[in-house]
Amino acid sequence: MGLHGRVHLIRLDTRISQGSSLDSLRQQNALSLLSGDEAVAMAAYDCGVRLGTGYPGTPSTEILESFAALGGRAQWSPNEKVALEVAIGVAFAGARAIVTMKHVGLNVAADPLFTVASTRLDGALVVVSADDPGMASSQNEQDNRRYALAAGVAMLEPSDSQEAYEFTVRAIEISERWQAPVLLRMTTRVCHSKSLVRRGTVAIPPPGEAHFEHDLPSRAMIPTYARPAHPRLRKKLAEMAAWNDEAGPNQLISGSTKLGIITSGVSFLHVREVAPEASVLKIGMTYPLPVERMRAFAASVERCLVIEEGEPYLVEGARAACIAVEGKPESFRFGELNSARVRRILEGDNSPEPKRVAGKPPAFCPGCPHRSVYTALKNLDCIVQGDIGCYALGALPPFEAMDSMICMGASIGMGLGLRYSLPPEQAKRVVSVIGDSTFVHSGITGLVEMVYNPPESGHVVVILDNGTTAMTGLQEHPGTGRTLAHTKTGKVVFEELARTLGIRNVYVIDPTAEPAKFQETIQNCLARPELSVVISRRNCLLANRWIREYERCNEQPTE
Amino acid sequence: MSSQPNNAASSRPTNVVIAGLGGQGVLKASDILADVAFSAGLDVKKSELHGMSQRGGSVSSDVRFGERVFSPMVPEGEADFLVVIAADQVPVNAWVLRPGGVLIEASMIDESSLPNKRSINVALLGVLSRHLPFSVEAWNAAIGRNLTEKLHEANLRAFSMGRAIGQR
Repeated sequence: MGLHGRVHLIRLDTRISQGSSLDSLRQQNALSLLSGDEAVAMAAYDCGVRLGTGYPGTPSTEILESFAALGGRAQWSPNEKVALEVAIGVAFAGARAIVTMKHVGLNVAADPLFTVASTRLDGALVVVSADDPGMASSQNEQDNRRYALAAGVAMLEPSDSQEAYEFTVRAIEISERWQAPVLLRMTTRVCHSKSLVRRGTVAIPPPGEAHFEHDLPSRAMIPTYARPAHPRLRKKLAEMAAWNDEAGPNQLISGSTKLGIITSGVSFLHVREVAPEASVLKIGMTYPLPVERMRAFAASVERCLVIEEGEPYLVEGARAACIAVEGKPESFRFGELNSARVRRILEGDNSPEPKRVAGKPPAFCPGCPHRSVYTALKNLDCIVQGDIGCYALGALPPFEAMDSMICMGASIGMGLGLRYSLPPEQAKRVVSVIGDSTFVHSGITGLVEMVYNPPESGHVVVILDNGTTAMTGLQEHPGTGRTLAHTKTGKVVFEELARTLGIRNVYVIDPTAEPAKFQETIQNCLARPELSVVISRRNCLLANRWIREYERCNEQPTE
Repeated sequence: MSSQPNNAASSRPTNVVIAGLGGQGVLKASDILADVAFSAGLDVKKSELHGMSQRGGSVSSDVRFGERVFSPMVPEGEADFLVVIAADQVPVNAWVLRPGGVLIEASMIDESSLPNKRSINVALLGVLSRHLPFSVEAWNAAIGRNLTEKLHEANLRAFSMGRAIGQR
């Protein structure tokens, strides 16, 4: 995340251009040094993807930004569920769609995912899930390969940028061939590492024309139509499995017959680094698995070991098919793999791993508006239910003022739950803090819950509106009134929304300019058994310069 | 399915780790280094975690180049060069350096003599450049490609100051 992945966007020549690598790739067959995210964007562009949708989330954010920089049409949606639903519409219209998110975003989008799996698409639908083993910037390290299995959605796993490019093209082909969605599962190292990409290495089928045909039995998933859709999905998956065995994007490296390693994703590269002599079956399409390939491979070597990051997904797949393989010890379920850890797995070394000197943790920028907010909440001895964003740094010293954080939007619901249950003296100290982008993502329904089921002690929601999605690298959202490309569009105004929902105590304060007034307002709200929304509004320091520039550009008359 | 003989690289890649704190230009420096190696026709991989790095926390970036590079991460104890922009980040990253590897530190540069203090990252690349087989022209071109024009002058000077130190 962050400014690192920044690419130059429409209308803003003044913005620092880091898109030179993309520029050089505009030529066919050019070789370029790209991140996995940029490579996915390039493939989507080359495939004529009609629309890219998503919600910012490390390490996926740069895909849509790069796609837009190349000239593709890309949009931030309020959340991943909406993003996937829009993309489904595109695929129902016979066009190609890509939808991007981080791993936890797929939890939000899981509802449409599980059902669109059984429908018949006319175009292509590629769902990119960027997982974060080791949790470089996430709240859990869920392994979304489990989603492919659970939802019955084909899955490809690239290991470097070249494969990120090629597998995106493959995903579109597979999606169109079986008229079903495909999951492109990436990880932090694949998304953010840069490696060489040669464009034009795979033939790209031309996109079809957008059109609509009525096909209710395939798409209107009422029980009558959904019942036959399920066996249809299983039949498709059986065909895909047979194809994957026959011609899937898997790679066999014939080496020693003493040691064979089954692997996927970035683990493949660590394996090649550490065990260059071993035979390797590298699986590119990891759902449905190429089980017969795996069986033949395991039978061809004396020792067959599965090396994979995260959950024991490939191991369980192999064992369910009665293929005898050796897995990794439990301790390697946690965190990323690297060459040293792969060596330990190979050598059966279970001794404690060396502890490293801890690095310096991140902190609020000097002058960050969140500082004033946490100062006030700490002074008032609040019980703070937090949310996802920069302001989660409020859990660290020197503030240590955010008591819990679970998922996008949870601050409001958790705050209400505490208010319903705690003794009155404690209940009235509960505050929910939520960022502007997070509020749009999943906080609005929480506010509705608050109006519908108000606690006896009332409640106080603080929306930390810094005018950007700061944590993921300063993306726009519906509350900024600017599109992904920073052009002017419709704007959701939080104070108007809150008042429309029937909340009478709504305040907008700049916490940096008026810290005393901010604290006093929170104090007054806490003292009343009523519902209050306090909007702490001041631009993020990192974003302020850009926001002014966008506003200046957007005020200029268009030609 | 593609099938290929086992032809793992025989020659070992060069491993560089650049480290510092968020905002010091660690990623910019590694971009420039990766670009130089790429322009020389080598296989290159570059990897880092950019998570919360902007907010002043520890940041490090791995750059590997050679005939063939597999893992994008420099294996522990195998860095040939460790370039550290913030003095207090040396102990945090020292484990990655191989025995006999070269440590390049901010203290090697007299910051007050830089045209722009923020160019310390590029000055340290200048020191590093003495150890690597790329021409000054190639370095200058990579600096040009990775920085906006108004920063060129200061950074090219910082680079050549670092390179002069590397020579001593």
